[in-house]
Amino acid sequence: MIPEIGTLALLIALLLTALQAFFGLAGAYRNDAVWMRTSSIATTGVFAFVLLAFLILVRAFIEHDYSVEYVAHNSNNELPLMYRIAAVWGAHEGSLLLWVLILATWSLLVARLSGGLPDAFRARVLGTLGLVGLGFLAFTMFTSSPFTRLLPSPSDGADLNPILQDPALAAHPPMLYMGYVGTSVAFAFAVAAMLSGRMDASWSRWTRPWTVAAWMRLTLGITLGSWWAYYELGWGGWWFWDPVENASFMPWLASTALIHSLAVTEKRGLFRNWTLLLAIFAFSLSLLGTFLVRSGVLVSVHSFAADPSRGLFVLALLLFFIVGSLSLYAIRAPSLQADGGFAPVSRESFLLLNNALLVAAAGLILLGTLWPLIMDSFNLGKISVGPPYFNTVFLVPTLPLVALVAVGMHATWKRASYASKGRVLTYMALGGLALGALIAFVCYGSYGVPLTIIGFGGGFFLMASAAWEPVLRLIRRQAQTRAAVGMAVAHFGIGMFVIGVSGVASYKIEKDVSMGPGDTATIAGYTFRFDSTNDARGPNYQAREAHVSITSDGKPVADLTTQKRQFKVQSMPMTHAGITVAWNRDLFVALGDELGAGKWSLRLQYKPLVRYIWLGGVFMALGGLIAILDRRYRRSAVPVSATGEEG
Amino acid sequence: MWRYFTPAAAFLVLGGLFAYALVRIQNGTMDPREIKSPLIGKPAPTFVLPTVTDKQVAFDSTSLRGKPYIINVWGTWCPSCREEHPALLALSRRAGVPFIGIDWKDDSALAQQYLGQLGNPYTETVADDDGRVAIDFGVYGAPETFLIGADGRVLVKHAGAMTEAVWAEKFAPLIKGGG
Amino acid sequence: MTPRTIARALALALLCVTLQAPAIDTQAAFTDLTLQTRYEHLTNELRCLVCQNQTIADSNASLAGDLRREVREMIARGDSDEQIKTFLTARYGDFVLYDPPLTARTFLLWAAPVLLVLLTVGIVARTVLRRSREPIEDEEPEDKA
Repeated sequence: MIPEIGTLALLIALLLTALQAFFGLAGAYRNDAVWMRTSSIATTGVFAFVLLAFLILVRAFIEHDYSVEYVAHNSNNELPLMYRIAAVWGAHEGSLLLWVLILATWSLLVARLSGGLPDAFRARVLGTLGLVGLGFLAFTMFTSSPFTRLLPSPSDGADLNPILQDPALAAHPPMLYMGYVGTSVAFAFAVAAMLSGRMDASWSRWTRPWTVAAWMRLTLGITLGSWWAYYELGWGGWWFWDPVENASFMPWLASTALIHSLAVTEKRGLFRNWTLLLAIFAFSLSLLGTFLVRSGVLVSVHSFAADPSRGLFVLALLLFFIVGSLSLYAIRAPSLQADGGFAPVSRESFLLLNNALLVAAAGLILLGTLWPLIMDSFNLGKISVGPPYFNTVFLVPTLPLVALVAVGMHATWKRASYASKGRVLTYMALGGLALGALIAFVCYGSYGVPLTIIGFGGGFFLMASAAWEPVLRLIRRQAQTRAAVGMAVAHFGIGMFVIGVSGVASYKIEKDVSMGPGDTATIAGYTFRFDSTNDARGPNYQAREAHVSITSDGKPVADLTTQKRQFKVQSMPMTHAGITVAWNRDLFVALGDELGAGKWSLRLQYKPLVRYIWLGGVFMALGGLIAILDRRYRRSAVPVSATGEEG
Repeated sequence: MWRYFTPAAAFLVLGGLFAYALVRIQNGTMDPREIKSPLIGKPAPTFVLPTVTDKQVAFDSTSLRGKPYIINVWGTWCPSCREEHPALLALSRRAGVPFIGIDWKDDSALAQQYLGQLGNPYTETVADDDGRVAIDFGVYGAPETFLIGADGRVLVKHAGAMTEAVWAEKFAPLIKGGG
Repeated sequence: MTPRTIARALALALLCVTLQAPAIDTQAAFTDLTLQTRYEHLTNELRCLVCQNQTIADSNASLAGDLRREVREMIARGDSDEQIKTFLTARYGDFVLYDPPLTARTFLLWAAPVLLVLLTVGIVARTVLRRSREPIEDEEPEDKA
């Protein structure tokens, strides 16, 4: 009975979303205050009913209601409560409902927190968000309802995929979706601008915090996913260029470019068309990601129940929003061109180049991801495009970017002079390279590959360059804006990330060994000793557990436990690795198969600097958060004067 | 003015590609997961493998030369193989070509039991315990079925359970055509 | 896609998604470090045909283990990387290589990075040149945010 209420709630939400869309867009067109206000009110209704539907699904999971097909496929009597809730978004239908819920939440927030926006503008934004919501709710209701019944209902469920029974992975989709869906807000602002034909600096000031907020979530979502893959999948990798990973990374690159383009539009009213295009692209890539993962055109480990007919529905949505908005762009763009010059060496130029390279990187990833599909569609054969391609190709636009960011951060608007800063930056660059080389030789005993020292050097250069001004101002007790500090923290994070990647890629060591009790193996100066094994159990699994102790030069370093888990329902084994963390390295042990005679196969890994990859991501997100909290965004009703200064 | 429509046009092209791919997936003419065999038209790999019934006795595939034959890769651990078994039995009786079974990475005792219980469509059943012959045939899952022509070339391969429909469409025409 | 193909694909997907335990080689590593490095490098560039989203180095599928064994034996026999790749592509096609070969069909794929960067830099240069000719009012105080 209650799941049917869920379906009813979704239906009501669908109708309310349609009202939100209609009254928002038509109301703005007719400048009808009542209609526009209706659109705003509708967002509350949409949120309430989508939330209701979501909670009903959550309840179904908590109460083991296997008459609901989705619950029967993704839950189990012995699945712990936390994972029963996480299972709500563990597969296609539920994750779509989460998508819709997050969209409804963002819409509600925009309706409530945008008091300073002109009514017509707000109405257009909400109207556009309503259209997006309408598309996705329709998709959910007509092709992917989570409330379909399974009768007769089984007494126990098929269980949530054991891989997903993990805290980081439980958090990863919500965080990621907040980012994905957040791109629709920037998109809605862009559409509103194009519909009204107005795009002044205040438009950028309103759009920017929402964009940064979405970008932040996307950053964290991707970081979480990478970190989870590393410790959960047992092979110690952190990025595989799998199509679905690429699908999340491309909107991130576009959103990063968008934030920077917004900075120029806000400050000088320039790059309006680039900003519009980027807002559309970020959202488009987001939708494209949704399409790629759920349609079955690509082979991916993440593919949800791939169904070509669903794929066609999503494709239709995709084409409607993207071709529609891009056509609107084509019509409006000529009239939005702004006047204003800047010197070849200026903040504007640096940002333009920065964005161009980011977009080029996204384009390359898109090409590589789609190439096998293109070849297959035209019967040109089947090929694979994987890490060897992407790892090489991705460096082409991004390696110069690292240096560009370090230098460009200090450029001033209109005409930048490096008279005073040039020397310091040069010293930082050289110092970074020297430090990189030093660390390579002293800590790791070899220069790795040529890129190693460039990677280290670039990372240190970037970190120093980013920290320079904030630290200087702190020491001199000078005031600084949160926006500036946020920017510095985020760029600092990129530097950390680069160093982490360089370290791990250059110096990681993996060794597969077979060991019995008492045997030892050594990598990178650490001696791993296989101590003992025993049986263990968890709430819904049984395991064989191995204990490995690690010493270095005879001094104890850590005692690790690794398990090979056998889940009761889905009977395939799953490895739970043992990891010990230090400030400069991870040591990793994964249990393999029993080889007989008391011996087991184990994979030992030494991963230098790997944590900085995710710490870098966290810093980037933190930088975004600090920037949003800047005072200028609080006073949303304050007019902006002609020179762009705060009034 | 028209250059501003470039992004929209580009996306339309991309959308067209996706629509085309989706339609082809839906009507079965394209499968992103399928690996097309590069062996088609090339000489079939030859092998010498022990028979499942007596490991001391070896079977040499070159003895099959001169006439078309079917190679079916299967295992008792494979659910789809069980599914296709009745069809295989029926086809092997009608088709007029010998069916050679390659028992892939399996327990020969279990295999004998399986064939005893369910019927044996194979004139010869060999055991590929270390999987080398399967690799030579480019096998990536079970069951897979190959039609080898009289000249020893691989004519067609089907990955997945064999059915009367697949046989009629892909295999039968090539057998009648002289192989 | 026929129901059977879907069933087989789903079974494979389920198998691979749950076969999460890492592929740990039970044979001893090469004592010769260059050979071992070659082995690790190759197995990390070859795609598992069963669990198609993993390399044969990481996949726990039975076929992946067999293929790793083949690679190991070929290296021990003295075959070159090219010969090993040819052996595999003759049986499985180019699909088995995660590093797409440079052929007439993949030319655009490999040329793309350079082409794309040149294109974007060209657009940037054109824009910057145009803007640098427009009047620049030089009375802004230094402010970077």
